[in-house]
Amino acid sequence: MRRVYLDNNATTPVLPEVLTAMQPYFGEHFGNASSIHHHGQETRAAVERARESLASLVGCRASEIVFTSGGTEGDNLAIFGLVNFGLSNPGQHVITSAIEHHAVLNSCKHLEALGCEVTYVPVDGRGQVDPDDVRRALRPNTRLITIMMANNETGVLQPVEEIGKVAADADAYFHTDAVQAAGKVVIDVRRIGCDLLSISGHKMHAPQGVGALYVRKGTGLRPMLHGGSHERSRRAGTENVPGIVALGKAAELARKAFARGDLDRISGLRDRLEQTILGEVEATGVNGQSAPRVPNTTSVRFDGSDGEALVIALDLKGLAVSTGAACSSGAIEPSHVLTAMGLRPEQARGSLRFSLGKQSTSEDVEFALSLVPQTVARLRELSPVYNKTAVSHKLLAES
Amino acid sequence: MTSAKTIAVAMSGGVDSSTVAAMLRAEGHEVVGLTMQLWNQRRLAGHEGMPESVQGRCCSLDDVYDARRVAETIGIPYYVVNHEERFERDVVRPFVEQYLSGRTPIPCSLCNNHLKFDQLLIVAQQIGADALATGHYARVEFDQAIGRWLLQRPADRSKDQTYFLFGLTQGQLSRTLFPLGGMMKPEVRELARQHGLALAQKPDSQEICFVPGGDYKKFLDAYLAEQGEALPDTAGELVTTDGAVVGEHGGIHNFTVGQRKGLGLTTGSPLYVIQIKGDTRQVVVGQQEELYTRTLLTHRINLIAVADLLEPMRVTVKIRHRHEGASALLEKSADDEILVTFDEPQRAVTPGQAAVFYDHDVVVGGGWIA
Repeated sequence: MRRVYLDNNATTPVLPEVLTAMQPYFGEHFGNASSIHHHGQETRAAVERARESLASLVGCRASEIVFTSGGTEGDNLAIFGLVNFGLSNPGQHVITSAIEHHAVLNSCKHLEALGCEVTYVPVDGRGQVDPDDVRRALRPNTRLITIMMANNETGVLQPVEEIGKVAADADAYFHTDAVQAAGKVVIDVRRIGCDLLSISGHKMHAPQGVGALYVRKGTGLRPMLHGGSHERSRRAGTENVPGIVALGKAAELARKAFARGDLDRISGLRDRLEQTILGEVEATGVNGQSAPRVPNTTSVRFDGSDGEALVIALDLKGLAVSTGAACSSGAIEPSHVLTAMGLRPEQARGSLRFSLGKQSTSEDVEFALSLVPQTVARLRELSPVYNKTAVSHKLLAES
Repeated sequence: MTSAKTIAVAMSGGVDSSTVAAMLRAEGHEVVGLTMQLWNQRRLAGHEGMPESVQGRCCSLDDVYDARRVAETIGIPYYVVNHEERFERDVVRPFVEQYLSGRTPIPCSLCNNHLKFDQLLIVAQQIGADALATGHYARVEFDQAIGRWLLQRPADRSKDQTYFLFGLTQGQLSRTLFPLGGMMKPEVRELARQHGLALAQKPDSQEICFVPGGDYKKFLDAYLAEQGEALPDTAGELVTTDGAVVGEHGGIHNFTVGQRKGLGLTTGSPLYVIQIKGDTRQVVVGQQEELYTRTLLTHRINLIAVADLLEPMRVTVKIRHRHEGASALLEKSADDEILVTFDEPQRAVTPGQAAVFYDHDVVVGGGWIA
């Protein structure tokens, strides 16, 4: 069966150049980067080259990059490494948003359990945080603001530069989860004004299990993993050298892609997909359409259809897309992101996320377009809740 | 089943539904495994004496893991679909409310009617499946002569689940397959073993899936605490069938008709719960022989083998899952209401349970005991 993958916000395939770059570090160059002999020197050099590549991607110094196991570790290290908690440090305050990834959201929930206070700022109907809401949420004891750069479900970019100014004025730390932004939009940590920024390898065509955290020079970050003095004592543990080399290569390819304008190709494909679906399928909408978005993502709302059944039906025909966040059993939970934007629960449940990658082609998009309208129509025909009359009345009322 | 179809299988992670998936796959059908996520046991953890880690059978990660492994072994796509909201609204809430009003509910029938053969059947159709197969022990077939789909008892009488399936409509039956209907349980386990399913010896589930350890009273306490609701005060009097007050009780939800233990009364002869009066919160107790009744009224009727009950009909009636069935006459007493008159009085007719009508192996229909 032909299979087309349009779920690149979940994970991306490792690009062939990336795989080639990392392969020697499994066998040929196997040294521990902390070893003083030849083997260690080889891999140390590779790790530091990768660090420089990451630094170039986000506009910082190499020494400000800490390699991690991925986005979740980066987010946890940023949050628990900065915020003081426990009985001896009661009541530090953190500001985050209602649409963060669970790596941030559940870390904040845990901080609350540990005695900290957390403010969850809302988003508007387009899925964006208002920097003024962040400013209004400030308290004298605000230690950290953590707000994502791009949302994983809608692709909506957050006003991180303005939030960076709010943080600077308040003398609070600013962390941004850039997992869904890296490789899709140009990142400049100086312009953003953030102190910390997390990146995940597998969202940008490097393998799963590697990531990076930018930590501004001078930021007093407590390590979470204790052990050797790896990563300038910010993250103990022998480096994942093949993964780090791969991430370095992926960062290099991402920079080249920006320079060549490759992202315009991806946004063109995304727009064609989005516009055709909106044109061919009644009672649809794009979540966050009018907000600035990363070029590869579209979250489409199919009113009166069940996103879960849509994902399954499309997967059985060879198209991989997604909806919401999966829980531990694999079942889909209603999206906290879409409901925070004001969607009714049934609208959130009827939304699908299409996310393209560097490997996506116009044939992929045409394949998706050959399946989506008919599948939605079939679902609606069998849906107990989809009332064609009601929908057409609603459409008339809106037009 | 001569031509290949696309069939969705409701997989619970148990032996029966796993074997169904393997059988249908071996027959050459396109099989899609589906598991319903219905209830999150963690919700009740730590409430009202529940342990921090609640071990109920329902939707446990272990069962999903088992189902996923089976799907992988036999090479079929597998998905978990979330119906937690509907399950709580249509099964858990009514279960709690029935107990609080002095009835003894059957959540399995509600789950079959509202979830498995409604929501899941819709999902199955939406994803392009021609039918939904389950691991129930029952048979379904189309009777050309009367133009109706019939629900029938299975070959393995000890596993008969037709009592829980009486609510299925003609539309639902027409899209449902019970491939185990002609098999004995040991044969099913042997088939599971032949198909290389690691869970061939997994024990059968018995209790109500979302009630940990089968202790429904604890469940009520924990659920209401989680909902932030107080357990309503349903304490009242223990009275005899003559109306004499003989004691007090702590709440009607602690009782079920026919119960002997836990009455807190010491009398010469054993006393049983004869009736629970939800309106006056009285629990009526009496002698064993007072438990027997000749008639019962059923409502919210579903008829399967006949379109309507136009004249009185002689059938066998089961008034609980483990009841062997008793001869009775059915008469329509009002719209959506049937009067059942037994030849011999029956013990402990329990409001909230179902009365299911059989003509030999055929399920004529059924209704809820008023």
